[in-house]
Amino acid sequence: MYGRKVKLRFIFILSILAIIGLSVYLILKSLEENVVYFQSPSEIKNVAEFDKKKIRVGGMVKKNSVSMNSNEISFIITDFKNEINVIYTGAVPNLFEEGKGVVAEGFVKDRNFFLASKILAKHDENYMPPEVKAALKEK
Amino acid sequence: MFKFFEPNKIFSITSRAPKYVIILFIVVLTIGLIESLILSPEDYKQSHSVRIMYVHVPAAWISLGIFSGITLLSILGYIFKIKNFFLISKSLAPSGFIFNLIALVTGSIWGKPTWGTWWAWDARITSMLILALFYFLYLLAWRIYDNKDQVYKITSIITILGIINVPITKYSVDWWNTLHQPASINILSKSSIHSSMLFPLLIMTAAFALFSLLIFLMKYNTELIKIKNKGLDRL
Repeated sequence: MYGRKVKLRFIFILSILAIIGLSVYLILKSLEENVVYFQSPSEIKNVAEFDKKKIRVGGMVKKNSVSMNSNEISFIITDFKNEINVIYTGAVPNLFEEGKGVVAEGFVKDRNFFLASKILAKHDENYMPPEVKAALKEK
Repeated sequence: MFKFFEPNKIFSITSRAPKYVIILFIVVLTIGLIESLILSPEDYKQSHSVRIMYVHVPAAWISLGIFSGITLLSILGYIFKIKNFFLISKSLAPSGFIFNLIALVTGSIWGKPTWGTWWAWDARITSMLILALFYFLYLLAWRIYDNKDQVYKITSIITILGIINVPITKYSVDWWNTLHQPASINILSKSSIHSSMLFPLLIMTAAFALFSLLIFLMKYNTELIKIKNKGLDRL
């Protein structure tokens, strides 16, 4: 019912979309290391060698691991498989809390220690009023 | 059915529509603002800063939606050679661009009190910035090319290249580690946002959509008037 030219143009557009989509997919696949914003403690553990580059580690702040003295704060980032100790000097964001997500930017000292120069809080996708949260906790 | 439109007929509808749309927009926006700024509860974790969401999220949705729309129209316009679709795309693009910028700016304002940074080069935020660049290119192409056939082709190419970025933006938070949190609203599964916060979000989305419609109608009417002045009786 449509002319031959219309069909040709349709196929042409489809193949353009497929080819561009595939190339972008392959590019992103090969650049995955750079696309991710942070690495998990497990990924840090598996790295054979650390260079002096600044990296980011993300995960959950382990419960009961935060300790503060004068101006230094130390805590443990965990992904529930591996963990890494983080030491940081400075102010943490408001949403920084035990059991919540965090991203630390800085340098790896050794396999277990991370010197952070910046702390970012990562919040989850749950939004609810305080009363609902309290009711959920009671359950 | 698309091929021979009479601009006069369309114009008689689209020239009268804006005044109704603006009334509806003001009503919906008023309800949305009262809901989101006063009636909706604060968040258990973010307290009042969660209210930025009621601008940020609808703006991001609308800008992604409009880009998908202009891509679809450009492709259909190219395949079936319908000039009117290109004019509709051209008229839709400015409000999409504006909402894209609003999403970026409000995201930045929201990021500071919650994450502790104004900007992060994570996949979601970067892909949203790339979308803004594609919008910019698209609008620029309409400005600098005079030849109609040329501008239809070039804007189609820009939308086709840009549309690849849209699913990347949508799924970036699922595919990679990002600072940006994953989606709270899912069509297929239960949303992780409380209904008392979901309602104002949807109202604000409706308000922004009406605003886009209003700007679209104004832009589109201008295009139709330009065609009329050139003495063309069909698109």
